[in-house]
Amino acid sequence: MTAPAITATTTLFDATVGAGAGWTGELPAGAHLRIVDLCGNQAVDTLFFDARDYANRYSAVDTIREQGAVYLTTGSVLLSTGLDPLATIVDDTCGRHDTLGGACAQESNAVRYGEHTRHQHACRTTFVREAMAWGRGLGKRDLTHNVNFFMNVPLTPDGGLTFADGVSAPGKHVELRAERDILVMVSNCPQLNNPCNGYDPTPVRLIGWTP
Amino acid sequence: MTAYAHDIAAGAAWTVRLNRHRALRLTCLDDGANVSVLMFAAADPLERLNVPDTLKAQMSACLRPPLVLMSDMGRALATLTGSSLDWHDAVTGHSTDAHLDARWGPSDYAADRNAWRRSARAGLLDELAKHGLGRRDLHATANLFTKVVPDGDERGTLAFVPGHASAGDWAELRAEQDLLVVLSSAPHPLDPNPAWAPARIRATVAAVPAPGPDDPARLFRAESGRALAATERSLA
Repeated sequence: MTAPAITATTTLFDATVGAGAGWTGELPAGAHLRIVDLCGNQAVDTLFFDARDYANRYSAVDTIREQGAVYLTTGSVLLSTGLDPLATIVDDTCGRHDTLGGACAQESNAVRYGEHTRHQHACRTTFVREAMAWGRGLGKRDLTHNVNFFMNVPLTPDGGLTFADGVSAPGKHVELRAERDILVMVSNCPQLNNPCNGYDPTPVRLIGWTP
Repeated sequence: MTAYAHDIAAGAAWTVRLNRHRALRLTCLDDGANVSVLMFAAADPLERLNVPDTLKAQMSACLRPPLVLMSDMGRALATLTGSSLDWHDAVTGHSTDAHLDARWGPSDYAADRNAWRRSARAGLLDELAKHGLGRRDLHATANLFTKVVPDGDERGTLAFVPGHASAGDWAELRAEQDLLVVLSSAPHPLDPNPAWAPARIRATVAAVPAPGPDDPARLFRAESGRALAATERSLA
């Protein structure tokens, strides 16, 4: 699949994030971020913070309620706990993304899959590493419920919830526009125990630019 | 212990310390109730309710008995041991001052005394601050007595179900470890009721037996049992 060309006046970053790795960086208001699922079916766990006030951070449940729908796609406005727009999804070749499934953790893996998975790598280990590396007071308290780009978690009217096979494919992307200065923190999910990464975590590409 | 009861005023916030193997039963005294609940491990409030972990581990889009409410550290905080209702929301958050101002206009103590309209968010933050907690400790609330259903379409469109809870409806939470439970009885922001009509809630706290080997939550799913066992092991 050929993605539309990026018309950038300034490229802010162009990073390939390996399977199980993390990335943290700032995006100024008006800048764009494109996340490319290079190999397909790769969950990209992502947190957003108001760059001037980290406590005013992405809120999955406020975002879901205000848009009146569970899944994220083009037009979805990612809101903070203070109901401020942090970013808007402006392009999406995947179709929909999850924000209810949370991030995997060593502790939740032990609950879901058994004690033998406790020492496997997990997103929330990446997130605490990223928080420590970024510093500026960030820590576990700041790791709230995240977005899972390229992940498919269908909810049913009778109250069911499952982790289904991904709806993504190689080269699909999602693109966001920052609505204020934001901090973005990514964990490229290392989960091996469910289909969210097609049982084979792969790299993703992050491109940031100002139009 | 001696059981006790406390009536939570309509649209008010409250904190209850709920020790292990105590049950908190919340009973609606009026129709159309909502109770938004935050939950922390008393021993270390850095460990708190994690709704995504709770729902995905138990394959549920809502809270209903006998689900175990799980922390972000893979431990059972509480069990929803029983309820007159089969659906309690956990995915649509709670009201903020902006919601109340937009729908009902300004309200303050000077004009309205203790009937002033206070959002769930304002009340929860008031209570959190009393324990040294704040905005960084907000997480997805359990919204007891509220039902918001995904209609199964491609976008996951949600619909609020009016009239879900009536006076007399109840839900009971059994603490699996010592907890700090922070809650607000303010109406849910998706409730279309044009009137400001928060419900009064009766809270009762009583000692209950520890979950046995055949407890419904332990047998519900392997994941529910593992979360209970993780708490039991950490307190052994």
